[in-house]
Amino acid sequence: MPSSRRPRSAPGASWLLKTATWGGVLFLHVPLALIILYAFSSEDKSYVFPPPGLTTQWFAVTLGRTDVWAAVTLSVQVAALSTAIAIVLGTLAAGALARWQFFGRETISLLLILPLALPGVITGIALRSAYHTLEIPFSFWTIVVGHATFCVVVVYNNAVARLRRISPSLLEASMDLGANAFQTFRYVLLPQLGSALLAGGLLAFALSFDEVIVTTFTAGQQTTLPIWMVQELIRPRQRPVTNVVAVFIIALTFIPIVAAYWLTRSGEDGSAR
Amino acid sequence: MSTAAVPATRLAPSLSDRLSTLIFSRRGLLPGLLILPPLLWFGIVYLGSLLSLLANAFFSIDEFSGAVVRDISFGNFVAIFSPTNLDVALRSTAMSLSVTAACIAIGFPIAYYMARHARGTGKALLYVAVMLPLWSSYLVRLYAWKLLLAKEGAISWVLQAVGLQWLLDGVLSLPVVGGSSLSFSPLGTFIVFVYMWLPFVILPIQAAIERIPASCLEASADLGAHPAQTFRKVIVPLAMPGIAAGSIFSFSLTLGDYIIPQVIGNSTLYIGQVVYRQQGVAGNLPFAAAFSLVPIVVIGVYLWLAKRKGAFDAL
Amino acid sequence: MSSAVTLNRVSCVFQSGGKAFRAVDQVDLEVRAGEFFTLLGPSGSGKTTCLRMIGGFTLPTEGTILIQGEDVTHQPPYARPVNTVFQDYALFPHMSILDNVAYSQMVRGVERAVREKRARELLDLVRLPDVAQRRPAQLSGGQRQRVALARALISQPRVLLLDEPLGALDLKLREQMQSELKSLQRELAISFIFVTHDQHEALSMSDRIGVFNKGRIEQIATPADLYARPATRFVAEFVGAANVLSGEGARTLTGHDSAMIRPELIRLGTESGARTGGTVAETQYFGAFWRLHVAVAAGARLLADVPAATGVPAVGQNTFLHWDDGAVHALGAA
Repeated sequence: MPSSRRPRSAPGASWLLKTATWGGVLFLHVPLALIILYAFSSEDKSYVFPPPGLTTQWFAVTLGRTDVWAAVTLSVQVAALSTAIAIVLGTLAAGALARWQFFGRETISLLLILPLALPGVITGIALRSAYHTLEIPFSFWTIVVGHATFCVVVVYNNAVARLRRISPSLLEASMDLGANAFQTFRYVLLPQLGSALLAGGLLAFALSFDEVIVTTFTAGQQTTLPIWMVQELIRPRQRPVTNVVAVFIIALTFIPIVAAYWLTRSGEDGSAR
Repeated sequence: MSTAAVPATRLAPSLSDRLSTLIFSRRGLLPGLLILPPLLWFGIVYLGSLLSLLANAFFSIDEFSGAVVRDISFGNFVAIFSPTNLDVALRSTAMSLSVTAACIAIGFPIAYYMARHARGTGKALLYVAVMLPLWSSYLVRLYAWKLLLAKEGAISWVLQAVGLQWLLDGVLSLPVVGGSSLSFSPLGTFIVFVYMWLPFVILPIQAAIERIPASCLEASADLGAHPAQTFRKVIVPLAMPGIAAGSIFSFSLTLGDYIIPQVIGNSTLYIGQVVYRQQGVAGNLPFAAAFSLVPIVVIGVYLWLAKRKGAFDAL
Repeated sequence: MSSAVTLNRVSCVFQSGGKAFRAVDQVDLEVRAGEFFTLLGPSGSGKTTCLRMIGGFTLPTEGTILIQGEDVTHQPPYARPVNTVFQDYALFPHMSILDNVAYSQMVRGVERAVREKRARELLDLVRLPDVAQRRPAQLSGGQRQRVALARALISQPRVLLLDEPLGALDLKLREQMQSELKSLQRELAISFIFVTHDQHEALSMSDRIGVFNKGRIEQIATPADLYARPATRFVAEFVGAANVLSGEGARTLTGHDSAMIRPELIRLGTESGARTGGTVAETQYFGAFWRLHVAVAAGARLLADVPAATGVPAVGQNTFLHWDDGAVHALGAA
């Protein structure tokens, strides 16, 4: 599809433009590569570069750390539940807002985007003040409520984009052929929406798994993996363990992101008519 | 043969048939039912929280007991205009503006190259290369910069190796931006902010340039415009909505962040840190609430200015 | 003959931007059982809205719709005994062709083996026996069209609705499909309600045609009647080429206040006995005939189609026009 929009005789990019582009890409990726290198560093007191030696011992040390495991478990639980809520709410909102025109429609879609568009500190302090006012004690659930709120828009965006690409006559055809609204949802809408929802869900999971700003305001004594990480960043206790955890987080967030990217791309190919 | 099976299976969905017919006969019912749960969630959880934030901003704190006094007062708003707090707000805004400018300057060429020159696999690869950091862990990337910028870290090592240590020392000795090492200087904070939000700026600009029809550029050339003129008169105005969208991200994200300046930088405070400390260590939730309204106002002014400058006209 | 579909004073009003738009305005219509009925009109004339109201996708603002004598005005599409072939075919992209065709049997709970056997029969009927396992994206436009037809026919509707189904096909394929559709309709002996803006298509396929203009039906008639005896000026000009005369020119040339003469009924000839004369302003070649634009008295222009085999006068020459009394068709006041 994009090929039709290419200029027929685009002049070659100048060396300056190419350098700027690939320089920018390097700027974005060198730090990540560095993290992986440091996970194998034998130095445990400073961030000295280049590492004096390489070792895999820190992976074993990290695997034995119960505080890391507890943080990972909590983060996975929070992310899973927040994603589930976000999928339900995001899909419902997308279903209502994708095609129907009604009063307040723009306001509602703005409202969905706001928790992610406004600085996280505002969402965080707002939830914090609400919990405080209502005297709700911090818990697992106060974190989940916050995460679900800003994850909805991620699922919503994916679902709405897919819904708008589905021709309305497909739904009419289904009803014309005898399927009621529920059957139409089950047999026509859901199969076409499925990969978009999965992609949105994966991104929401990655977002929640990594979120720290809103979490610090809503967590109380609970330690999610990002909160554990922030504590290590501000007051490093055992640098090599932090390095290994960082690599682990990279791996765990890359998988859903790449999968989501692949899903939305192949979804586009599949629904090409 | 199958006729016997048909009525049996027809009986089961009769309820869903009836519900479905109800939905059909009242056209407003379905979107109403669909939007209700998300609307309730956002209305109660999110708007409710924002309202309580607003209410708290007018409350105050009892000096002795530390309890929140629920009486309307404007004391917090007066306190915002104290020199220390005003200084924090201005510094945060200045940082946000310079980060935004740097993100556009670095991001535009990349976005332009992605949209107009890259093709096929190279294009997909570039897209993934920009998108991955956007979604991947904020904390890990921040951690990477702690490693890079440390006194004994990679940047110092590289500069030393190529004999440019004097340059780094010179920059760090500057007033305002300098510090004891890159990781303890405002310059370091600035670099990390630019790094963090760069993908958020590139992608909207790339999408905007992608939408410019090739025929527009050909028409411009056909009508006698030099490539530089085409760039200035056609590409930049049409890319403006993307630039505006991207700049809102970098501006708003910088303004509210409190983790980055806490990890990389000297002891100067930014808005997010003040909010965090006031509600946490100081236990003054009402003042934190009032101060968190500052970025909302600043972002509002920024949006209003961008709109007045016509940044959204081409939307 | 019994009635398949009846529309009683049906109107459809759309609200957009605070303004009301009457897409369909007080339409009365009766489609008989086994009839090939065409809704013809320019785009925006209300023909598609009318079809959508019969299918149940759009609800009428007023009036009633009966299908085989039963009031279906407020019934949802899945409760109506009609099926539709959509303009964009609306094949489900995530299902195989076989599953597409079997869809309406599937949602009605017919067991797999039975519905698949039936779907294969339908694919045979539309002469596409080998594509059952493919996906819609792998078929050509003409093949998708046939699949859409098979899918709509599997539940044996008494009325088939077709919304400009041939619009996306190229000319050759379209002509072939026209004759196939017509023979299929005769074979199945069910009613087809066919929407098109193409008057050739309407004339060549239909038993009767309803001509739409601005939400109203201007005339319902057989193709031959419609062509020879259009009821209004709009019908005369929309269906085929026409010389429509009105006012003083009409009275002098035809003796009516408003009248129509088809260009092929006008002949060139000598001055003696000529109805009128004029200067050739333009000539157009159509292969089978020449169309002359002749400027006659009072600033009017008449079109005359003359066989290509005969010589034609050059532009600027004078010529004389002849026609029989029967060539003149008086139009009602409009």
